[in-house]
Amino acid sequence: MTFTRREMLVLGLSAAGAALLPLRAVAAVEDNIAAFTGGAAVGEGGITLTAPEIAENGNTVPISVSAPGAVSIMILASGNPNPAVGTFNFGALMPKQEASTRIRLAGTQNLIAVAKMADGSFVQTSREVKVTIGGCGG
Amino acid sequence: MADAKPRVRVPKTASAGETITIKTLISHPMESGQRKDGDGNVIPRQIINRFTAEFNGELVIDVTMEPAISTNPYFEFDAVVPETGEFVFTWYDDNGEVYTAASPITVS
Repeated sequence: MTFTRREMLVLGLSAAGAALLPLRAVAAVEDNIAAFTGGAAVGEGGITLTAPEIAENGNTVPISVSAPGAVSIMILASGNPNPAVGTFNFGALMPKQEASTRIRLAGTQNLIAVAKMADGSFVQTSREVKVTIGGCGG
Repeated sequence: MADAKPRVRVPKTASAGETITIKTLISHPMESGQRKDGDGNVIPRQIINRFTAEFNGELVIDVTMEPAISTNPYFEFDAVVPETGEFVFTWYDDNGEVYTAASPITVS
């Protein structure tokens, strides 16, 4: 959870671009989830998505996901021009299915994480992140 | 991107079955394909699209990456080490380049 002053300054110009983003990405979120689950029902619970409530700089937002018993977790950012963020596939050498990274967010939006469990079921969770300076375009 | 420089942090020693935390970072612009240059031309996308970590050939984590991953992609995750061996980290660039880093670990 560290933002350096330098990271903050880099993206000063991008805020204007982020404000103009179209909302068509919302439908793309559902397409992405459907592609990941193959149309299977998605439940709740058993997955944790950790992200800051307010991210000053949308260019590097630290997030972490955890879903005990998952084989893979997909992250989506509903307000980005392309909602896909990434997919973690876990191998047998992981004691707990958890990983952290840093992502770009174009603006205030919902983050969604969908986990595929070892038994083939799916669970999802979402979390809103408020972004002061967006991290796309410019 | 010949100057992509991977940096990984793996403990040098561990006890058998111990959970260790691995941190990886690689310097890479992760050009998203959304930005424009001063003349209004789109800067072509060039990102690292996949990252894998293996221990003695066995998969630890395999990440599919999209342009929404930040510049200088950073990953932190846990692994258990059953025996002495070597972690191998691999990053796959859009332009076909592959960057690797290896870290030996001794299990006592």
